[in-house]
Amino acid sequence: MPKKRNSKQKRHNNLKLVSLMNIQIKKFYYGDIPEEKAGSNVYKTENDSVNWPLWEVFVRSKQGLDHKHVGSLHATDAAMAIENARDVYTRRQEGVSIWVVESKYITASNPEEAGELYEPAADKIYRHPTFYNLPDEVNHM
Amino acid sequence: MTVQDIAHKEAFGETIFNDKIDKETKIEPKDWMPEAYRKTNVRQISQHAHSEIVGMLPEGNWISRAPSLKRKAILIAKVQDEAGHGLYLYSAAETLGTSRDEMINDLHSGKAKYSSIFNYPSLTWADMGAIGWLVDGAAILNQVMLCRTSYGPYARAMVRICKEESFHQRQGFESLLVLSKGTDEQKAMCQDAINRWWWPSLMMFGPKDSESTNSDQSMKWKIKRKTNDELRQQFVNMAAEQVKVLGMQLPDNKLKWNEQRKHYDFGEINWDEFWAVVKGNGPCNKQRLEARRKAHEEGKWVREAAMAYAEKKKLQTEEA
Repeated sequence: MPKKRNSKQKRHNNLKLVSLMNIQIKKFYYGDIPEEKAGSNVYKTENDSVNWPLWEVFVRSKQGLDHKHVGSLHATDAAMAIENARDVYTRRQEGVSIWVVESKYITASNPEEAGELYEPAADKIYRHPTFYNLPDEVNHM
Repeated sequence: MTVQDIAHKEAFGETIFNDKIDKETKIEPKDWMPEAYRKTNVRQISQHAHSEIVGMLPEGNWISRAPSLKRKAILIAKVQDEAGHGLYLYSAAETLGTSRDEMINDLHSGKAKYSSIFNYPSLTWADMGAIGWLVDGAAILNQVMLCRTSYGPYARAMVRICKEESFHQRQGFESLLVLSKGTDEQKAMCQDAINRWWWPSLMMFGPKDSESTNSDQSMKWKIKRKTNDELRQQFVNMAAEQVKVLGMQLPDNKLKWNEQRKHYDFGEINWDEFWAVVKGNGPCNKQRLEARRKAHEEGKWVREAAMAYAEKKKLQTEEA
């Protein structure tokens, strides 16, 4: 039964690979202490029955500029999200206007489909001003 | 999708991922990434967030006892910044598919760690200065490096944090400078705070590089770009010069400029103490976690009431 041995061997190799990877990431950084070195669990905690929804925050840094995504936060409703956003993201006058939207309402394009999605623009170089060669005498263009 | 398709997709994803790391292109939340990369980032970012949150406790201890209104206002602003930094980081970790609730639970259960430095007590007012100068100073070196980390949301959170962190260190140093020019008691208090915070600050950079014989995946993934020892040496070089301006001394008789290395030599860190504190046996481990749990548990009804109120208001507007 050579086939069976092969798959067994393969699984063994996979296991070896996994344990190898685990070893590789055992290093300690500031704020990064591995769990197995950190003593055992000492305390039982309970999840909240309800969680405040997540909101994405956009801030206009000054009049005349676009709103820009700055991060997210939790709040019960839009009014609280605006107030929290002010405290979290504009403590040093980083903004003159804030937008908040519940994260679940954001639809994002899929990075794996980026190729197909943007492909139509790739072969239309005539959309760029540099495509056109003009004589040097032509100014202001 | 067949098994082959999945395997193909994984292999393909890994190639693209490695290529991005090589070319210094940031990894973004929806991009394919190895599970271990995701896990390492969740652990590091959430523990970094916990450090900011627990870091509020030793300083919050002195808000009501600050020596002047000016110092009190500064300290409140600093502690509020630490809360903000924690929130930026939780927000970055949540983009990796972990929930806030889960992270907080891991902190409170003792599973997730935070920087050991915050398990030391803040005994005198001078500690507020020493924490700003040394603890925030050590943190800044890590954080400046992390502005270039490979995971996009983490890097962006760090850029925001670094902009604010400089105020933390400068106000600490300035506060010590005032004490260093004060009465004999104030000078003694200043030196005492430096003595107590110096070694724990050096421990903040983590174990020696030689302790880790394995190849360093985090460096390869560009999550981290400098080793613990490199950062620690950089910190010693800076602090050894700055302390002269204070007219104080760092508590290390082996501290000496090495002309050959172009670095300061310094004494051995007490690693037994380091591991004891990491494992939960530092002076304040118990107290810190208890304060966090108490705040969380006692705030539970507030969180629930706020949610119930928001839902009620929503129903009312829908009916109207």
